Amino acid sequence: MKNADVLITSEKLMVQDCYDFVQDASCGGIAVFVGTVRNSTQNKTVTLLDFSAYEPMALKEMQKIADLALVKFKIHKIAIHHAVGELQIGAVPVIIAVSSAHRKAAFEACEFAIDTLKETVPIWKKEHFEDGEVWVNSHP
Amino acid sequence: MKIQLLFFGIATDLVGENSIFYELKSAETVLDLKKELLLKYSKLKNIEEFAIAVNEEYAEDELVLKENDVVAIIPPVSGG
Repeated sequence: MKNADVLITSEKLMVQDCYDFVQDASCGGIAVFVGTVRNSTQNKTVTLLDFSAYEPMALKEMQKIADLALVKFKIHKIAIHHAVGELQIGAVPVIIAVSSAHRKAAFEACEFAIDTLKETVPIWKKEHFEDGEVWVNSHP
Repeated sequence: MKIQLLFFGIATDLVGENSIFYELKSAETVLDLKKELLLKYSKLKNIEEFAIAVNEEYAEDELVLKENDVVAIIPPVSGG
């Protein structure tokens, strides 16, 4: 049985898809993290975010996070979906859903997965402002 | 020895390339290659730091490169 679902897509991410993958009769809860595009950063107005990925490697790294979460926490299933391309304010770049028999493990695994994704998965975002653009995290 | 170099994120903008075939001068390891690339593409110094992936896996500085390796320049990631 496949316990992890990882996806990178230029289509709109669907919370329902992640929910349906992890949902199971043996589980007492599902934790879902939905990342959304914020309209400002450091008091500057953001107009859109442009995400790009080293897709084959990013999928491998996402799979590693899912596999590690399945070993580290008492969870049943995990889905990690990430979007690429231009996303408007309020759009969803990332969804993580985790199911478990007891809620604590699902919350912990969900937080572990998003924290690790932000550190290791080769995906980059360029912030677009009214007066220019900048690659996030890339400058000294 | 020839390798393929892939550039991502800010590195693409700085170097002006997505993917090139690259003949190693004298570099044998990942660390050698990093030094060689910083000489060839001095604009890469504008990035705080970058990691190297070889054949889709993060590589340590000591890793020895092989013919036809696919080597990616990975600037600080910012997904999520």
